Amino acid sequence: MSKIQFRYLTLAALLLLVTSPLYLNPFSMTLLNYIGVYGLVALGLVLLTGIGGMMSFGQAAFVGIGAYAGAWASALQGYSPWVGLMLAIVLSCSVALFLGAITLRLGGHFLALSTVAWGLSIFFLFGNLDGLGNYNGIANVPPISIGPLKLVASWQMFYLIWAIVLLALLASRNLLDSRSGRAMRALRGGNLLVESLGINAFATRLATFVMAALFAGLSGWLYAHLNRFVSPAPFEVHVGIDYLMMAMVGGATELIGAFIGSALVTLTKNSIQDYLPLIAKGASGQLEIVVFSIVFIVLLQRWRGGLISISSHLLPSPHHEIDGQVAPLSRRPLPHRDETLLTVDQVERRFGGLVAVDKVSFTLKAGEILGLIGPNGAGKSTMFNLLTGALRPNSGQVVFQGRDITHSPQRTIAKAGIARTFQHVKIRPKMTLLDNVLLGTHPRTRSGFFNGAFRLDRKEEAQARAEALRQLQRVGLGDKPFELAGNLPLGNQRVLEIARALAADPVLLVLDEPAAGLRRQEKQALAELLQSLRSENLTILLVEHDMEFVMGLVDRIVVMNFGCKICEGLPADVRQDPHVQDAYLGGLV
Amino acid sequence: MSSDIAAILAIDGIASGAIYVLIAIGFVLIFAVTRVIFVPFGDISAFTALTLAALETQRLPGTMGLVALLAVMATVMQVTADLQAGDHKAIPSTLFFYLLVPLVPVALMWFAAGTVMSMPVRMGLSLLLVLPIAPLLDRIVFRPIADASVLLLLTVSMALHFALVGLGLMFFGPEGVRTQPLTDASWEIAGMQVSLQTFLIVGSAVVFSALLYGFFELTLTGKALRATAVNRTGARLVGIRPAYTGTMAYVLASVLAGISGILISPVTTIFYDSGFLFGLRAFVGAIIGAMVNYPVTALGALLVGVLESFASFWSSAFKEVIVFSLLLPVLLWRSLSVGEVEDEAEE
Repeated sequence: MSKIQFRYLTLAALLLLVTSPLYLNPFSMTLLNYIGVYGLVALGLVLLTGIGGMMSFGQAAFVGIGAYAGAWASALQGYSPWVGLMLAIVLSCSVALFLGAITLRLGGHFLALSTVAWGLSIFFLFGNLDGLGNYNGIANVPPISIGPLKLVASWQMFYLIWAIVLLALLASRNLLDSRSGRAMRALRGGNLLVESLGINAFATRLATFVMAALFAGLSGWLYAHLNRFVSPAPFEVHVGIDYLMMAMVGGATELIGAFIGSALVTLTKNSIQDYLPLIAKGASGQLEIVVFSIVFIVLLQRWRGGLISISSHLLPSPHHEIDGQVAPLSRRPLPHRDETLLTVDQVERRFGGLVAVDKVSFTLKAGEILGLIGPNGAGKSTMFNLLTGALRPNSGQVVFQGRDITHSPQRTIAKAGIARTFQHVKIRPKMTLLDNVLLGTHPRTRSGFFNGAFRLDRKEEAQARAEALRQLQRVGLGDKPFELAGNLPLGNQRVLEIARALAADPVLLVLDEPAAGLRRQEKQALAELLQSLRSENLTILLVEHDMEFVMGLVDRIVVMNFGCKICEGLPADVRQDPHVQDAYLGGLV
Repeated sequence: MSSDIAAILAIDGIASGAIYVLIAIGFVLIFAVTRVIFVPFGDISAFTALTLAALETQRLPGTMGLVALLAVMATVMQVTADLQAGDHKAIPSTLFFYLLVPLVPVALMWFAAGTVMSMPVRMGLSLLLVLPIAPLLDRIVFRPIADASVLLLLTVSMALHFALVGLGLMFFGPEGVRTQPLTDASWEIAGMQVSLQTFLIVGSAVVFSALLYGFFELTLTGKALRATAVNRTGARLVGIRPAYTGTMAYVLASVLAGISGILISPVTTIFYDSGFLFGLRAFVGAIIGAMVNYPVTALGALLVGVLESFASFWSSAFKEVIVFSLLLPVLLWRSLSVGEVEDEAEE
């Protein structure tokens, strides 16, 4: 489907939705209201699970917090429902902040299971707090009023609910297409890459978590005033799983999947209630759960990506106009040629009894290409990880531009101007080439979640896009910026990593076997690229096995073997060194 | 709180903690071998208790229907799979393993119905009857998606739990049960009455944990299970079939769940849906052991039992809140001590 067709279809769907009170009966309107209210929670889960890779079974608890905040403020304290709304937002966000701070460092399934635990705790709290009516709940919640108008009828609530839903959907869509949104999308697949790009992975996860909780809290507030009665039951953990089902059945990788799932689950439940008694007489509510669970299991067995995965080819492929005329992002000043850039002093790293890097020292001058070579197991990659902060040395010191970075975290080092690539390519295969390179611009740009969601970041975004495209063109991948990165052959994925590193405007480029998997011509092109970077005063440190590639390109070489530095010097000298020949040829010469 | 009360609470807590130990170890066992966090595990425990109670009152336990239903479903699926693979020779063995073997205890129960059995026989029969449930569920639900991500498996596992609770109500009814005590004897230790039953519970937990340990350390099958847990592909390369070790893990874990169900049934009243909360409490223990470490898991489960017992003394209304909130400091400690974890790439 083209972008224009998609626009018309969206417009038609919106029109159909806005005019629905004209042709739907009140019962269907109520269903539509609940689809919106539940879909809002599922939308948060799509951001959390499908985009950010964190799973929560506890969202119902946040819905409960929002609902109880609204009901308590309006029904028990007599405040306006809008005060309740503020309370719902503040409470759900701060509880999420607290829980997230404690749990979000955990890996996948631990996190998921911890959500069950706090989900249950909060549920039991609702049932046992006297001030909240215990298990009887809070009745007579007043309707929401706008000025003198009380929103009582289902069509009136419909407009409020769906206005909030559409706003949330729009903000989420904008966000995903912004700097912070890209950081969120990069979370899936591990922290190592994310942190090496100067992104605070934990803060990004926390913000995503709070956002999901905010949507759930909003949904709860709407629920309280839609249902006009609040009790603990709808906030149990198994309801939390219903929400997750909505997101997964609809398709957790697309925002719209939340509402497809919400509609599907709400309507299926409704028809199970309608038709099950006809098939099985006297069927209890439990049978509904059984049937529903089985339907859900079968759906997940058949379509792991949810229903949207069947129709995802109908969605338009991402495409942006890129303005080449926009002012470039500001660049950092590069050091003068031959100034000492990096000093590695007596650095040591042990893994248990194994000394992977044994008191290695060397220096790197601005504007040179230094090759780090050595046989397998020599400790080159460990050395790399020590320089970039992925590992900490046991002793020794690393100084970069006069600043001690020995114990700095990865993202601080990344921000200081060291950009790296990985021996095992780390890209985000489901993101486009352009988005992958845009990730590199993260430390050079400022816009946060709010600016991204409300499109206050467009100027900076255009600059970043132009920069990313420029780097793609520079490495020779500029012809198809909207291709998915996962579709590239491995060699080109390595080159993509270099473009991403360049987008960070580094002082020092650290490349881990960049030529591996490249064909001869591609290697030549890469060598030319690195030479031209050197002529621009960029400093490059590279680990490489391809001697022909290294010898023709680098200014100096450091050779490591069994964790020690055995030689350092010009390529020609290193080639003549008996220790090096020994290491490579096994002492036979 | 006087020291007497504290001692009584501690003993109570250790007894229920010992039961959680068995369930928690089962969780870790299944997770390590199959990567499935088997949420319905607590339900298996509760179903054993319900089966035992039915036998005590000489009724036919609902487990029979459940097992028969699952066996038929699994057989239909496996026969279809055999036919699709064109493997007609496999059908007799499919019928044997998926239909006949699970139905043996059902048939035994059918013939023994109405007779008065001694307590050990009742226990043995109940245990035998629940054993097929988890392996059959594995065949029906998890094997078609064995290569899916842990999170997808977990979600399916949650849904399966709700299906089982619903089925539990249909097969067992809404009444709660409590079985006869294992023994009425009690000893006086340091001025306190400690029932022999408490010793039996703690003793069985210790014995069965030790047996499991011996199985892993000393037998070839045990080593195959450990190998699968460490590296599935590697295990395959040396001729271990993950489907087989998976079934073994489910059977072994079911023994643990069954025993925990038998032990818990005289201590508290069990309903068809009690399993989830047992499972979760045990689960807190398993998380303390990071889902991989058996001894720490056991300690964690004990801790949960003791905390629960004290919490119900302080404030029974907030008992669950206290127990599940315990997880938060544990998680905080874990996240600080483990540091940054590199997730499995799930793209």
